[in-house]
Parts: sequence; structure tokens; C-alpha cells
Amino acid sequence: MREGLDQWNFVIAAYAVTIAGTLALVAWSWLAMRAAERRRDEGRRK
Amino acid sequence: MHGFANPARFLRIARWLTPVLLLSGLAVTTAALVYGLFFAPAERLQGETVRIIFIHIPTVWLGMAGWTTIAVASFVELVWRHPLAGIAARAAAVPGAAFTALGLATGSIWGRPAWGTWWVWDGRLTSFLVLLFLYLGYIALADSIDREGGSSRIPAIFGLVGAINIPIIHFSVTWWNSLHQPPSLTTGGSAMAAPFLWGVLAAVLGFSLLFGGVILARMRAILARTQAEARLRRKALEG
Repeated sequence: MREGLDQWNFVIAAYAVTIAGTLALVAWSWLAMRAAERRRDEGRRK
Repeated sequence: MHGFANPARFLRIARWLTPVLLLSGLAVTTAALVYGLFFAPAERLQGETVRIIFIHIPTVWLGMAGWTTIAVASFVELVWRHPLAGIAARAAAVPGAAFTALGLATGSIWGRPAWGTWWVWDGRLTSFLVLLFLYLGYIALADSIDREGGSSRIPAIFGLVGAINIPIIHFSVTWWNSLHQPPSLTTGGSAMAAPFLWGVLAAVLGFSLLFGGVILARMRAILARTQAEARLRRKALEG
């Protein structure tokens, strides 16, 4: 039982690192794209 | 292929394709990870830790796919001078580095219960760590050339030369003695049982869709910044 609990700790740590890292990468890339395109479009209107 | 090198045509496609790839990637990845965490069976020898396979294989695959993208785009940039090829190579660098780091982290977390150690300096792990350093070097080089000026051919040559590490990573477990298992998925078949194989393939598909969406988003950001800077330069010359 003790061994089973320890195994789940490793599984949860690996999933948490991957999910957090992937979501951060997606959010950062999407927001940077939106900001860059907004700046470009504002420059065109001026 | 030359038709897609036109930035205006690329933007017309990328505007609808980016959210499609990201949303479908999120849906498929979520389904695969829920299956991996809650529905996949435990394995006889590895117990519950086998569930790490559903995130370790996709992240490692994308770490290698990222550098392959850089190498192919660099080749196209050097040979055909496609304007978008260099942008594609730069856009693949950060996501490739991120997935390489995640592959190393998940492998290390898996190694502790499976091998009794977080890290060993064997061929597979060391060549994969070298891949992370190659990414960091490429990002620093491309960034400095963007800021300081210089030939965009330099990072392209670096991207091509660094590709030599990809077959070394792939064959490292057959060339040298290693704690790491041989490849589970090859063109000749799979060493995995069906409940793991289909879940892993779904996770690889989901993460790959996300990876494609992230690369398109980063290409669009680089293009927008380049267009804004070109407009400012034109205005300065006119004024």
C-alpha cells in the first residue's frame, strides 16, 4: 500500500509538470501573437 | 511549396488553422491524459508509474520533432531562400526546447521509481540533454542576430549541423549499453500492449496538434513584429 502511494506521487508530479508547462507555452505563444498583431494593426491605422 | 512561402497566403491559412490546431490539440490531449491517469491499467512490473508513458513519449517525440523542423526549415532557407522558412525555424525553437525540458523532467521522475535513480550519464539521457543545450544555443544565436544584425544563414547552418544529434538520440539505446529501454514504437511495429499503444498514440497526436498550433502562433507573432518594424522604417525614411 505504501509502495502504491509513492508511485502515485511520481505519476502526479510528472503530469503536473507537463500540464503546467504545456499550458504556459500555449498561453504565452497565443498572447504574444495577439499583442504583436494588435500593435501592427494599430500602426497601420495611424 | 513555393506558393506557401508567400506571407500573405500563409497568414490567410494560419488565421483559421491556429485556433483549430490549438483547440483540437487541447481536446485530444485532455482525453488521452484522462485515459492515462484514470482508465489505463497498471503494469505488472512498473505498477502505476507506467502512466508516465502517456506524457513522456509525446514530449520526447516533440523535442526531437522540433529540431527536425528547425533542420528542414534551415535547409529550405539556405537552398531556396524562402522568407517564411527562417521564421518557421525560429518559431520551432522555444516549443522544441520546452518539450525537450519536459521530456527530461518526466524521464527523470519516471527513472527514480523504475531504475532507483533520477539520472544516469548513459547515451540516451546524455544525448537528449545535449539536444536541450543545442536548443538554448540556437535561441541565443538567432536572438542576437535579430537584435545586433548579421546573416540569418548562421543560425540556419547551426540548425543543420545540430541535426546530427537526432539519429544519435534515436540509436543511442542500440549502440550503447543503457538503463533506458529500446524504442517502444518503430516503423516495424510496437512493443506495447494495446491498452497502452492506443492511449500513447492519442497523446502523441494531441500534443503534436498543440505543437503545430504553437508554432503557427509564434510564426504569426514574428511576422507581425517584422511588418510593424518595416512600417516604422518606411515612415522614418519618408519623414
